[in-house]
Amino acid sequence: MALPPPDPQFVLRGTSAAVHTLHFSCGGPEPDIPLLFSGSENGFIHVWNLKTHRVDTAPLDGHGRKSVYCVTTMGDKDRLLSQGRDQRICLWDLAEGRTAVTDSVFTEHVGFCRCSLLKVAQGRWLMAMAARSLEEVQILELPSKMSVCTLKPEVGARLGMPMCLKLWQLSCGSQPVLLAGYEDGSVVLWNVSMGKALSRLTCHQEPVMSLDFDWEKAKGISGSSEKVLSIWSLNEQQNLQVYKTHGLVNAGISDITIRPDKKILATAGWDHRIRIFGWKKLKPLAVLDYHTATVHCVSFSDHSKPGDRVLAAGSKDQRISVWSIYAQT
Amino acid sequence: VCFIPGGLDCSISFVSHVLGKACVHGRQKEILGVLVPRLTALTRADCIWQRICWRLLECVPDRWMEAVLLGFVQRAPGADVLSRFLGNLVVKNKKAQFVVTQKMLLLQYGHTTAVLQNLLGYLSLDSLRRTLLLRVLQELLETWSSSSAVKHSPAEQQLYISKAILICLSHLKEPEIESCRQELLTSMMEGVKCHLDSSLPRLRRLGMVVAESISFKINAEGPVLKFEYEEDDETRELKSLLVQTPLFCVVSSLPDDDRSKKADVALPVVAESREKPQPAAPVMPDEESDELDSDDDLVPYDMSEDKELKIKAPVYIRDCIEVLTGSGSEDVDKWEATVKALESLVRKNPAATREVSVELAKILLHLEEKTCIEGFVELRQKAQVAVLTTDPIPVAKYLTSQFYSLNYSLRQRMDILDVLVLAARELSSPKFHGNTEHSGAQKPCVPLLPGRDSSKGWRRIVDERIKSKTRRFVTGQPRVEMASHPNEFNSVAGYFFFPLIQHFDRPLTTFDLLGEDHLVLGRLVHTLAILMYLAVNTVAVTAMGKALLEFVWALRFHTDSYVRQGLLSCVSSLLLSVPTEWILADMAEELLETQSWLGDVMEKDPDGDCRRLALQNLLLMENLKKKLEAVPS
Repeated sequence: MALPPPDPQFVLRGTSAAVHTLHFSCGGPEPDIPLLFSGSENGFIHVWNLKTHRVDTAPLDGHGRKSVYCVTTMGDKDRLLSQGRDQRICLWDLAEGRTAVTDSVFTEHVGFCRCSLLKVAQGRWLMAMAARSLEEVQILELPSKMSVCTLKPEVGARLGMPMCLKLWQLSCGSQPVLLAGYEDGSVVLWNVSMGKALSRLTCHQEPVMSLDFDWEKAKGISGSSEKVLSIWSLNEQQNLQVYKTHGLVNAGISDITIRPDKKILATAGWDHRIRIFGWKKLKPLAVLDYHTATVHCVSFSDHSKPGDRVLAAGSKDQRISVWSIYAQT
Repeated sequence: VCFIPGGLDCSISFVSHVLGKACVHGRQKEILGVLVPRLTALTRADCIWQRICWRLLECVPDRWMEAVLLGFVQRAPGADVLSRFLGNLVVKNKKAQFVVTQKMLLLQYGHTTAVLQNLLGYLSLDSLRRTLLLRVLQELLETWSSSSAVKHSPAEQQLYISKAILICLSHLKEPEIESCRQELLTSMMEGVKCHLDSSLPRLRRLGMVVAESISFKINAEGPVLKFEYEEDDETRELKSLLVQTPLFCVVSSLPDDDRSKKADVALPVVAESREKPQPAAPVMPDEESDELDSDDDLVPYDMSEDKELKIKAPVYIRDCIEVLTGSGSEDVDKWEATVKALESLVRKNPAATREVSVELAKILLHLEEKTCIEGFVELRQKAQVAVLTTDPIPVAKYLTSQFYSLNYSLRQRMDILDVLVLAARELSSPKFHGNTEHSGAQKPCVPLLPGRDSSKGWRRIVDERIKSKTRRFVTGQPRVEMASHPNEFNSVAGYFFFPLIQHFDRPLTTFDLLGEDHLVLGRLVHTLAILMYLAVNTVAVTAMGKALLEFVWALRFHTDSYVRQGLLSCVSSLLLSVPTEWILADMAEELLETQSWLGDVMEKDPDGDCRRLALQNLLLMENLKKKLEAVPS
């Protein structure tokens, strides 16, 4: 007899706007407070204290009240990167209570494609972002903001806008690779150093909304606005192949994320539900039904102690629900 | 009749005389029945016989030429045979030319398609005659594109001319089309305009088919005119005329060319070479080989609640109004759900609906399709009918006043009429609760809603009613006694009817019933006829009848045949619905006048349907008289 799905561990309220992006920063040693960063539609970034479930400081306002749709940390919780609809990517310095924007990149991108960060060396990062031109992805090096390359699809490929990006490298020092999901439903694997596309796979009929990749197993998953999740794999020749597909009850996925231990994954759905699957065989595990509007983002925490791990989901109903699910395994 | 072949110089003019006289006296069948097959056989290979035949016909005196020619054209088994018989008679003889190019095509229209094929094929077979073919085509097109011809000539004649045009087009060769391309285009544009203006769907379809064919002929490579219409036997037949079956004698090169060209054109569809790699078939996951892994430690939770997300429609009428008027216009899912649920909500909550009925009617009248829902028009109409039947008097007042107001589209005005009819039908049927089937009903299950071809549905109703009123010697199946139910239409019939009749002669800036908008006038007249029919057994029926008769009288000479059909239907329903005693008491003189008008229509009206309806009305009147005489005073 299966148990009914659990309730959220707690719910964070107070953003007063739809929540578009979440990022945890809980990996620090003991005296550090576990934090959750959230970006909202009103342009604010809230920094939630996960012990008190409240915001300790004033929200960060760096995007001119335009919606913030991507938030991520660079290394530790003092360095924050945020991307907003004001076509800017801001770098923040939050050490010692500061709330200053130290640098910003003007992307001229008017879409919703979240950028992707990859640490390549101490203090050096690669960032992939959608650029001004319709189909292109630009790779910049941070903090120098130098352009490494521009990934342009060939003429006639008709991919549309890039919708989601993921930069990774197999091990430190190997070639960085980019996975990009496009508007026409295809996922393309790019070699960043050479600026060349290695493989292209059409796995959806509708735009790819979100993707995530497990480089240990060379398997990835993508979701789109239709009722299908697509799982694909990367073989030795660097070719993408569809591995299997999984049908959903209601159409529309906004976000997918695989837990860092690669055991489970979570999807944020337009039908207000969060779904949990096992990653090995994509076995459906749970459907978390709490929100009353479409869920925009899901994120797993990076707690060092497995038992503390939580999952957070931000929704259009202005709430962030935090769940403790399958934390013990 | 046996001739001596050879070098003898015979005079056969006396044979021509005999032939002519026989034909003129109506004996074409007998004499040509023998002559034509013999001549067909004889002239097949023998040139002398051909010349003899030509001479025979040339010598027929002018006053008998028409009869003879007609006979030959009708009986010749094919255009090539006709050509062998007549030779270049039409070029040489003025009277023959007149008969063939004018009389048979423009002044008569009773001939079959085969005769037309013969005639026009004959004209196309010789270069001397081809100029005549072109001239014929031009004259046919002139008639086809003249608006007065479209309005006043009978449908059969228009069909005949359309067929002739199509056959001519099928015979034309490329250089000839080139030379008259401009004229073809001009006539096509004018003609299509007149035809589409017509209120009769049959004429519209004829116009569309011919215009498409002309456009195809003059512009075979480029974009071609394409209309949307329902295919039926008539249109298929017409379209088949455009493709010429190859003639098996003189012009043997032409059909071969055509056929080979067609073979080239049917190229296999070349698949575009696309760069997109095919999505590979899913690699078979080798799940079985994997040993039990830690995934199995994860116990799934209960997911039985995970069902399809259904947007809930509002449960209260006032909420529906809010959603539809757009104070929550962001949420299109909710709007869609509301539109779908509205009719049943209205029917389940009559009291709540009555409070807001006029407002709801107003919203529905102006409701436009915001998202793409299937069957939006039906959903809206059903909701309107539900509102109207729940609170008839205020909503009917509102709708009828809006019918004559400014700034509505023709479509909206016709929607108002449709809604009134459907609601009237619902109110006047016994035991009606939202479904249209009557078990064992006496009333015929015929869609009362005027569709595109409302005159047909009308005729059926009137026919059924007449049948039910005629004497029966066999009783048929026993009647099921239905539970009686007060006639809800009784109290409101007047509100539906009189406001519609009131302002028809007052033109507004955007709406002129008696002027250009005769399509709406036609629909209005048909609606009034149906309302009259449904008002049987109501109190207001006599007053309605009188008003309707005056209305019909004022419009009886309208030029649009659809309107005239409607007027005649009005008279039918009047005669059927108003009780006989009241007809004779109140409307006796008007009825006499109507009778003489009906007689006139039956004899002289160009439209076949009008004539038939007039005849039915006269029969109904006869029945009434007999019924009255049968009743002992």
